[in-house]
Amino acid sequence: MTVSNSANELVSLDVRRSNHSEWFTSSGALALIIFLSVAPWIVPAEFAATLMNFYILVIMATMWNLLAGYAGMVSIGQQAFVGLGAYATLYFALKGVNPFVTIPLAAVVCGLLAVPITYLLLRLRGGYFAIATWVVADTALLVIGTIALLGGGTGRSVPGLQNLTPTQTAHYSYLAAWAVALIVVAGTYFLLRSRLGLVLASIRDNEVAARSAGVNVRAARRTIFIVAAAGCGAAGAVLAISQPFIQPSSVFSLQWAAEMLFVSMIGGLGTIEGPIIGAIIFFALQQFLQQDGVWYLIIFGTLAVVIALWQPRGIWGTFRDRFHVDLLPVGYHVRRRSNIVEEVPVVEE
Amino acid sequence: MSLLQLQGVSKKFGQVVVAEEINFELGVGDALGIVGPNGAGKTSLFAIISGDIPADAGEVIFDGRTITHLSPAKRARAGIGRTYQVPRPFEKMTVFENTLLAAQQGGRSHGHKSYVLAYGALERTGLADFANASAGSMTLLRRKRLELARALATDPQVVLLDEIAGGLTDLEVVELTDIIRALRSDGIAVVWIEHVVRALLSTVDRLLCLASGVIVADGEPKEVLASDAVRSLYLGSKRVEEVL
Repeated sequence: MTVSNSANELVSLDVRRSNHSEWFTSSGALALIIFLSVAPWIVPAEFAATLMNFYILVIMATMWNLLAGYAGMVSIGQQAFVGLGAYATLYFALKGVNPFVTIPLAAVVCGLLAVPITYLLLRLRGGYFAIATWVVADTALLVIGTIALLGGGTGRSVPGLQNLTPTQTAHYSYLAAWAVALIVVAGTYFLLRSRLGLVLASIRDNEVAARSAGVNVRAARRTIFIVAAAGCGAAGAVLAISQPFIQPSSVFSLQWAAEMLFVSMIGGLGTIEGPIIGAIIFFALQQFLQQDGVWYLIIFGTLAVVIALWQPRGIWGTFRDRFHVDLLPVGYHVRRRSNIVEEVPVVEE
Repeated sequence: MSLLQLQGVSKKFGQVVVAEEINFELGVGDALGIVGPNGAGKTSLFAIISGDIPADAGEVIFDGRTITHLSPAKRARAGIGRTYQVPRPFEKMTVFENTLLAAQQGGRSHGHKSYVLAYGALERTGLADFANASAGSMTLLRRKRLELARALATDPQVVLLDEIAGGLTDLEVVELTDIIRALRSDGIAVVWIEHVVRALLSTVDRLLCLASGVIVADGEPKEVLASDAVRSLYLGSKRVEEVL
């Protein structure tokens, strides 16, 4: 692929977004997308159900990775937006909206709720920020628990799904989870390729220098927090549809934050592929070790500790650095072009 | 016309005075050198101008507008570029991405224009050959140049250079001063803090000496260096109060 952006009499520049052909990765991705779109009609129902839960985790982990891996905001309270998303779906469904239509609505509601929250949270840094997110999540749990319409502390089932057959419900929820995961991952990729992606990378590398290069750090963080809230809200909405019953203590569970964190860390923080690979490992371990009870959690925890200590870039981060492959490149590769085409050599020192 | 103006700027950290009633003006395209002993408040003065630290009192006026309470990002967008004494590259990004960020944010440029601005800054500083290399792999000289390149990519009216020649060999200093002199011919004003006085003298047309947060001399470089105030400061025999 040769994309030329050059049209200037002074400097003729050829700027590419990856240093290898994207044809192979894009055709592979297309095949995978088509297969996963028809998977519920091909693979066994239980496997499709597992895939659906996998998508939900991928959505959450991708959002958590955007927050912590790119914008430096370690949140242990993202379950706030998972829960609020689930309850937004319940609320709209109670008002007669088709449950599947409530998914984008839940994302918007969570994004809007995140706006005032950023004015409180973004004053805090590091550990204080993390604890404050947890406080927000617990506050949301307690507030939702007092609303009788939404079933209070005991919960309620999402109406509007009863007229579908179980198979239809399974297929539609699968497709909803798949579509949201695809949108979230693709959206994250395009976001990181945009100007904001470069801004996030600069903040990650050196916040002070980023500011003096003209970066509005607070605004960038706010945007990412809102995007992550909307994404987790959509995940919560899908969760609400996929489960027969929603309850505050389960949708607002700290377990979601723990899973997002583990999956991102194992796969590789600060990479788009990382959370997906982490989620695959998480589900594979769960499948293999299910019969041994809680052992998969113990093994998973050990794996997380080992990776945090010896491979802090995670599985994908380590692999990428060693083999110089980027499935989803977000960087820039520049060449100067003149009458005699001269290549700018990549100088490694 | 005055580009940058400081009016009665003061700053204290506890009992330590880093700036006291600082007044000076800089015209469009001027080149001003700043010397002074360690702890004189030179870098703090830059931080006050660039917005990294807020002034306790006084006003900073840039391009006809009061910027005393603006954020560093807004000041960068307004046309103040700065470099840091200890280079702060975006290490995991490429050299080109470093300047591209500055061109898009500080320089408020988009698309192809931002590429041209970013690459132009690399060409001016002799870094174009390293455009696609990782910034973290650069040597000290190249890191210093990258600081300058990033400041230039914001399309500034003034660049604040903080000991950009420090730690470099004589030859490297000469190369760097050539680059800085070329900026002047492009109409970019330069404020340069430096201990390498020879490099300063070859570039600036005005010199300011700071000590304990006070301007003790300001004027023609050779006259400033020859002044009693500066001589006794550098000989270290007298306290600032006696010098004044």
